[in-house]
Amino acid sequence: MGYYFRQRTIHSAISLLGLVIIVFFLARLTGNPMDLLLPVDTPQAVRDEFSARHGFDQPLIVQFGSYLADLARLDMGNSLRDGQPALDHVLAAFPVTLMLSFWAMLVSLVIAIVTGSIAAWRPGGVFDRVASLISLAGASIPNFWIAIVGVLVFAVWFRVLPTSGTGTPWHWVLPVTVLFVRPCGVLTQVVRSAMIDALAAPYTKTARARGVTSRKIIFGHALRNAMLPVITVAGDQAAGMINGAVIAETVFGFPGIGKLLIESIMFRDFAVIQAAVMVTAIAIFVLNIGIDLFYAILDPRVRHG
Amino acid sequence: MTDHLLEVRDLSICFHSRGRTVKAVNGVNWHLDRGETLAILGESGSGKSVSASAVMGIIDMPPGEIVSGSITFDGQDLLNLPPHKRQKINGRRIAMIFQDTLAALNPVYSIGRQISESMAVHGKSPSEARARAIELLERVGIAEPERRFHDYPHQFSGGQRQRVMIAAAIAMEPDVLIADEPTSALDVTVQAGILKLLKKLQAETGMSILIITHDLGVAAEVADRVVVMNQGEVVEQGGVSDVLNRPQHSYTKRLLAAVPGRHGYTRTETERGEILLEVENLSKHYGITKGFMKVATGRAIRALDEVSLTLAKGEVLGIVGESGSGKSTLVNTLLGLTSPTSGDVRFRGQSMLSENQREMRALRRQVQVVFQDPTASLNPRMSVARIISEPWAIHRDVLPRSQWRDRVAELLEQVGLPAACATRYPHQFSGGQRQRIAIARALALQPEVIICDEAVSALDVSIQAQVIELLKDLKRQHGLSYLFVAHDLPVVRDFADRTIVMQNGKIVESGRTEDVFERPQHIYTQNLLASRPEEEKLRSEVMEPAR
Amino acid sequence: MMLWRDKFAFSSALFLIIVTFAALFGPSVLPDSALNMNLMARNAPPFELERGWMYVLGSDNLGRSLLARLVIGARYTLMIAASAVLLALVAGTILGLISGYAGGRLGNVILRAADIVMSFPSLLLALIVLFVLSPQVSNVVLVLALSRMPIYLRTCRAEVLEIRERQFVNAARALGATHSRMVFLHILPNALPTLMTLATLEFAAVMLAESSLSFLGLGVQAPAVTWGLMVADGRGYLASAWWVSFWPGLAISLTAISANLMANWLRTAMDPAQRWRLEGDRKS
Repeated sequence: MGYYFRQRTIHSAISLLGLVIIVFFLARLTGNPMDLLLPVDTPQAVRDEFSARHGFDQPLIVQFGSYLADLARLDMGNSLRDGQPALDHVLAAFPVTLMLSFWAMLVSLVIAIVTGSIAAWRPGGVFDRVASLISLAGASIPNFWIAIVGVLVFAVWFRVLPTSGTGTPWHWVLPVTVLFVRPCGVLTQVVRSAMIDALAAPYTKTARARGVTSRKIIFGHALRNAMLPVITVAGDQAAGMINGAVIAETVFGFPGIGKLLIESIMFRDFAVIQAAVMVTAIAIFVLNIGIDLFYAILDPRVRHG
Repeated sequence: MTDHLLEVRDLSICFHSRGRTVKAVNGVNWHLDRGETLAILGESGSGKSVSASAVMGIIDMPPGEIVSGSITFDGQDLLNLPPHKRQKINGRRIAMIFQDTLAALNPVYSIGRQISESMAVHGKSPSEARARAIELLERVGIAEPERRFHDYPHQFSGGQRQRVMIAAAIAMEPDVLIADEPTSALDVTVQAGILKLLKKLQAETGMSILIITHDLGVAAEVADRVVVMNQGEVVEQGGVSDVLNRPQHSYTKRLLAAVPGRHGYTRTETERGEILLEVENLSKHYGITKGFMKVATGRAIRALDEVSLTLAKGEVLGIVGESGSGKSTLVNTLLGLTSPTSGDVRFRGQSMLSENQREMRALRRQVQVVFQDPTASLNPRMSVARIISEPWAIHRDVLPRSQWRDRVAELLEQVGLPAACATRYPHQFSGGQRQRIAIARALALQPEVIICDEAVSALDVSIQAQVIELLKDLKRQHGLSYLFVAHDLPVVRDFADRTIVMQNGKIVESGRTEDVFERPQHIYTQNLLASRPEEEKLRSEVMEPAR
Repeated sequence: MMLWRDKFAFSSALFLIIVTFAALFGPSVLPDSALNMNLMARNAPPFELERGWMYVLGSDNLGRSLLARLVIGARYTLMIAASAVLLALVAGTILGLISGYAGGRLGNVILRAADIVMSFPSLLLALIVLFVLSPQVSNVVLVLALSRMPIYLRTCRAEVLEIRERQFVNAARALGATHSRMVFLHILPNALPTLMTLATLEFAAVMLAESSLSFLGLGVQAPAVTWGLMVADGRGYLASAWWVSFWPGLAISLTAISANLMANWLRTAMDPAQRWRLEGDRKS
């Protein structure tokens, strides 16, 4: 178990290092990183000064070294817009996105587990067919369109929900909806097929032969085993929440990482982009390790393997 | 009415799938009395386990449908019992164990919990169930039951898992224990232990056992009475020695005639022919590595340990061993699939382990192989013609492409398949037919030696006998030699001139088959032979001369 | 015909065929209507036939026919998705074959690289890359292909690892078959059905990703038309002309749903072969 955990951490660290390298070289791919870091109309004198201060006149490998050293000191540069440390911007925005993702994931999981399990009880039945079609649609409909239709129906036509800001719980309804539909559709399909497999598995037969009641077979034996693939997919979907958050936060003016990213891209505020990417990546790696540990707790075969 | 403990009358069950209806069992009658052991004997597809599943109420409906018949247990009509009453019978009065124990135990719960569960559902308190579970584990022969209570199914060997299954099944002291192929996946020595355990428990508790098996030996060993099934119908039933010694129905007679190990030994000429294949001090060690960096620990598993053997022209050399004995490693090394740590393999005096690719190809042509699982050994996306002609596509100098077609047809006929099969794909054939295709492919390069790696183990007895006959015919026609690797002792006994017994990567015994089987020297061989189910008794009565 | 029996799959196949036709031949049939501005018909509502069939779905704020723009948009949307899927499929399969068959250090490096790409949200990756590179069609395709490639790589690798342990590959090896023969005749044909099903499934995902990029203004740029771009165009007119973003969004949804339904159908249709493959495990 400890070995397993160590190995996962090492792999994550390698991946993170890979990402650091990619971001570093991407920034230099366009030629001069100052084009990314400084506003377009910066005078040449300022450019030279900036270049010397950040060591852009140094060889690439030296630049990379100081870049790593800065990272280690959690210094990711300052925002172009207000000169504040980029990391502060990101850390201020991060909790909003985290909350948004948390609620979306929670709603997804609850709906998916309930719907998927009922659908799996009678595969091919009416409920299953309706649920399958809806979950497939949920996994296919683009979330920005859900956002737009949501605004159209609930804000423009019925005027029951606000379209921007974070003031009241009502403000959270549409963004969470935009975020949860796709993972929910995907997870429902996974729960359904995992439950069908589990209900047909030999150990379910064994339990029946022992006289275990149907309810205990479903909740005690089948669901417990079906959760294994569900956890893996839920982890992937949770990591992908940032994709949806970019959309939802842009459309609904939600001050999270997604909105920060898009705005920074529009302003060409590279330091903030870089900080946002790093923080997101670290969050995802932490999430992945958490998922793996949880999986290992649920599956003794992994724990001992 | 009769007063049998369990009685199945006129039972017919269908399965509906993809618009077709398959009759799994048709008008089946059998009964089980208190304290007796009944074996249901049949080959795959005979429907032998369907009626037992119906007794347990674990047939999925749909697709299954019980068309007619009744199942009476202790005066109760099981098929018309309300679910909550049925649940009280399952596990408490009738219990069941299965073949594939790894799948049949829930992988995410400890075995202790699963044994306790079978008591908890019938009203035992948790502490009571736990105490009894440990007692049961001890009783079925699991060492250190207190500690192993918390272990998970994957931490046990196949034989131990079956013991755990048995512990869970007998927890409520059921009247009937149904065992569905309980030992088919296990080695002979392990099988013997399980069968002995079942007998012991039966003697102690007086329960009745219904054992479902394809193995005549198992039936003979444990059963009082036997029911023979074929294609969903009971063809014959009666006392075990009556049925097995004086079969009435033609199917039973055919089945018994096909069972290996009952035909006496092959007559061996005293003079051995020219030595074709020579294995000298062959060893294969696998280093054990540890940790993330795969550091060698210095320890090694000796999969093959100084193995030497010779195969003469026209000879059948049997290699017997249980799982982990090293016989698969030996085969893989002979085929060049793994390279040995040390030692040499020579064909007509020329080393087969040389680096020279061209020479190797010429030599390797002489040694071909037929694998165990005919389903897995044929590429499902290739037609039979392409499968059989692949050797010529690889060894381009053997046969010009223009002659491939005729030669494929010729080979198919030699292995007893119509030439028209050439355009079809493997999944359109039965297991036995697929093995014939694999044999045809092995013959394509006209080798002198064919390695049969468990070549008949996956087949039903009657098909097994046919394939062995084919191998014998081909040997006569082409002067072939076989290296016949098997875990199944009776088949080797019938077919091999000489036999080698392997254990833990070593050869522990070798000699003429008759000597090895009748006068085993090594303790392991003696143990192995003693573990064979009680066929000897039967064989002595039905001994025939070798064909 | 098997497809006819499954009504959902049949309708989705039909829909996909229509969309493909529109993408292939639409632009040559109505080359101008999509770009012709008609200020008289600014934000014309749908279902009013007085302006002619071209305006049955309404028009945008420049008075351009939405129907025509949808047809033109189909070409870009489908083309980008299809090329990205194809590119990812081919590259992922080749790398997967190398990583699975050759194994060793190279195989591990490839796998780790794929892990890095995969552990990072695809949209975020695309945003960053398109921020640095210019958002031309070719770059969009490249980025989408790159972010989806690891999926093919891992699937292909897993298939290779499984298939190469099967007896028929050993049988070929024992016969002395060359590596290319084993890879291309024995392993690849058996891995292909899974990869094709995956590609169908991925088509929907890639189309959604492209649409999201376009919607955020980081995908293909005007005057090229994609459905995602059209949705973004209409965002500002939601209160006055909902149809401008509604129709393209619906088109994306229906195409994605159809592609997913087709993928599901394919998976079932290939079931007999799969089931037979599974039979091989019976004895072990």
